[in-house]
Amino acid sequence: MNLDLVATGTAAAVVAAATLRAATPILFASLGGLISELAGCINVALEGVMLVAAFAGVITSAYSTLWFPDAPLWLHPWLGCAAGLLAGTALAGLLAVFHLELGADLIVAGIGLNILAQGLTVLLMAHLTGDKGSTASLASFALPSLRWPGIGAVPVLGVLLNGDEDTGHNVLVYVAMAATGLIAWALRHTVFGLRLRATGENAEAALAAGLPVRRLRYAGLLLSGLLASGGGVFLGMGYLTLFQADMAAGRGYLALAAVFLGGRRPLGTVVAALVFGAASVTAARLGQLAVPAEVVFMIPPLVTIAALVLVKQHQRLATRRRAAAGRAALLSP
Amino acid sequence: MTVAPLAIALEDVEKRYPNGTLANSGVSFTVAAGEIHALVGENGAGKSTVMKMLYGLERPTAGALRIHGLLADFRHPGDAIAAGVGLVAQHLNLVPSLTVAENVVLGHEPRKPGGRLDRVAAAARVRELVGQSGLAVDPAATVASLPVGVRQRVEILKVLHRGARIILLDEPTAVLTPPETATLFATLRHLAAAGHTVLVITHKLDEVKALAGGVTVLCQGRVTGNARMADVNEGTLARLMVGRDLPPPPPRRPAGARLAPRVIARDLGYVDGDGAIRLRDVGFEVAPGEILGIAGVEGNGQDVLARLLSGAAVPTTGDARLDGRVFTGLSPRAARSLGVAVVTEDRLHDGAAPTLSIVDNLLATRYAQPPLSRRGLIDRGTARRWAEAVIAGFDVRATGPHQPIGALSGGNMQKLILAREIADAPAFLVASQPTRGVDIAAAAALHTRLVALRDQGAAILLISADLDELLVLSDRIAVLYRGRIVARFEAGAVDARTLGLHMTGLGPEPKGGDHD
Repeated sequence: MNLDLVATGTAAAVVAAATLRAATPILFASLGGLISELAGCINVALEGVMLVAAFAGVITSAYSTLWFPDAPLWLHPWLGCAAGLLAGTALAGLLAVFHLELGADLIVAGIGLNILAQGLTVLLMAHLTGDKGSTASLASFALPSLRWPGIGAVPVLGVLLNGDEDTGHNVLVYVAMAATGLIAWALRHTVFGLRLRATGENAEAALAAGLPVRRLRYAGLLLSGLLASGGGVFLGMGYLTLFQADMAAGRGYLALAAVFLGGRRPLGTVVAALVFGAASVTAARLGQLAVPAEVVFMIPPLVTIAALVLVKQHQRLATRRRAAAGRAALLSP
Repeated sequence: MTVAPLAIALEDVEKRYPNGTLANSGVSFTVAAGEIHALVGENGAGKSTVMKMLYGLERPTAGALRIHGLLADFRHPGDAIAAGVGLVAQHLNLVPSLTVAENVVLGHEPRKPGGRLDRVAAAARVRELVGQSGLAVDPAATVASLPVGVRQRVEILKVLHRGARIILLDEPTAVLTPPETATLFATLRHLAAAGHTVLVITHKLDEVKALAGGVTVLCQGRVTGNARMADVNEGTLARLMVGRDLPPPPPRRPAGARLAPRVIARDLGYVDGDGAIRLRDVGFEVAPGEILGIAGVEGNGQDVLARLLSGAAVPTTGDARLDGRVFTGLSPRAARSLGVAVVTEDRLHDGAAPTLSIVDNLLATRYAQPPLSRRGLIDRGTARRWAEAVIAGFDVRATGPHQPIGALSGGNMQKLILAREIADAPAFLVASQPTRGVDIAAAAALHTRLVALRDQGAAILLISADLDELLVLSDRIAVLYRGRIVARFEAGAVDARTLGLHMTGLGPEPKGGDHD
């Protein structure tokens, strides 16, 4: 076998696996964003939800050993995971109450909750650990990784499926993939999906058809909270095994961009999330090459802006082509 | 004769909105089962509020609603649907990206195990309803691709799918062509014969006459008249609806030698951002003292034509001249300064700023001109006096010049908009749907003003979906269909039926260029 080919393939697989890992939190959050957008009330608080979920997950998994010293070791990360999902979903529920019950503007309330989550997690972290930067001093848990047995030695495929350290991918990476398929299917084929889309597209029509519009919007926002929480939990209990101040680092906003970049469709959203994941992997690689950190940090947002501009430009060109074709048809006898 | 059981009964119903507006007060009327009942009155009279209460979209603040004799306290349209009430709203309530079948079953969907939508059963159900009602629709079509008349059929199917025995329709004919209206009426009669009860809002005397067995008149939130059609003739019905005798129709322009045209449009064409040709080869001439009517089903280019002539859009081909000077393709302000005035189709969005006062809305086109503006400042005193004069002169029902214009009824708002547009004695007025949703009395007043402007020598382009209005006011009528002028008539030489055929593309081949 050509060794060069294997080496190239392995390198590509390393990048692909890293991209998958980096894209997972964005993917979770963007699926959440998509569902809320289709329900007609986009969840701007994805960023805050991820932070709160990551924080609650990490802290709970660490304290779980104190609270339940006799529990089996494997239980603690799952308790953390449950707490993270619950906390993040609760924050989205708060946004739903602000918007649907109290009439608050979705954008303003969402950004407010993001700022709240940023401050609150650091405040609680400082209170609990005495450190404002991270929870490195706590022994918190990661969720288990799934390792495909017997392919560690297979070139390329082994690296792709089990990672370059042959530890397997975190269980949440697979959950994210499964969630993508499930959501794409449910939106298209279930009664709930139909009702959710109808509510988002024409709430008045949905109401007139007797649909419980408010309840559907609650469902949309709570589901988006649950999904984004999955992303947050992955950040603190998979991607890393600790909580860092502001560890979502704009991924919640990237996820919102992914929803629109993906044309508000499941498949497009997934592709956009993968693009953003690749951008952050690139940034991380450059970080190892003595490129200034400021430049590295600029890469994901620059890719976002470039992608948005490119897609818009593409649409504009298509529009211009259609308009020109129409003009030609008008001028021809 | 036995007394038919009552399908709908309103007993002293009052609706006061949280902002204090009293939409209905002491409203009582009944509709017998199997009856077609008309609810008439001007915009803002509270008709739509009655419909919303019957459908659970609003709740009365006092009084009681009874459906088939049972007290109805609807909190949600779901409750009304469960009680057998269905609403076909004025602004059709469909989800454009979904199919006909999906829209029809929405809210009560056939399912497969696992919460899955059963699309096959949904399509079968729609075909079954189509068979029962005679409303022809393709279940697999996407709603966005359907013309408005067909969308309305989808709405009715939706209502029937839910098993409604009482069907409420809010101004169903406002968007329909005469043939579509005839089809709708036949359907409603068919449904009534099958035992359905129909309550329909309309403005039009002839529709009440053609369709209804009984009529209730609302004015300023109260019932001001109630009659069985068998007991009234046309004259009493008109008095009932208007509150007084109708003024005679405005006099026709005396026949005479046609003057040289003042407005000449040639080859107007427009391509929108999607590359769709919205208007092509539109040419016409309007002489001073002449009204040219433009007939057409909505969405056949009337809106684009009005936007081109007002300067809001730039024509892709061609131009239009007023007294020899091109006024298209410039800007709304440039067109206005050349003597063009515009009554826009959508008065709430383009014609007025609903939350601003009457004074500010009147100022909108003239704020920069003396005597309203002096040294760059608006002379509020002069503006207020002008507004007061307009309110008195046009018989506008308002509390004063500082009332928000959006709080007025459609007729009163439209009077103010027309007053603003003709204040400078324009040479060319483009009036789009000037009396849509306006009560009969206000429409008559608006018509009188248009005729007066015509008699002063202005050229007027009247774009209207109301064929009666076109036939009464126009000197000549052109029909727009799919962005082209497909027929031209002298007003005296055509009837509504012929116009209706041409509007739907069913007329004989277009007759060429009698405008030259």
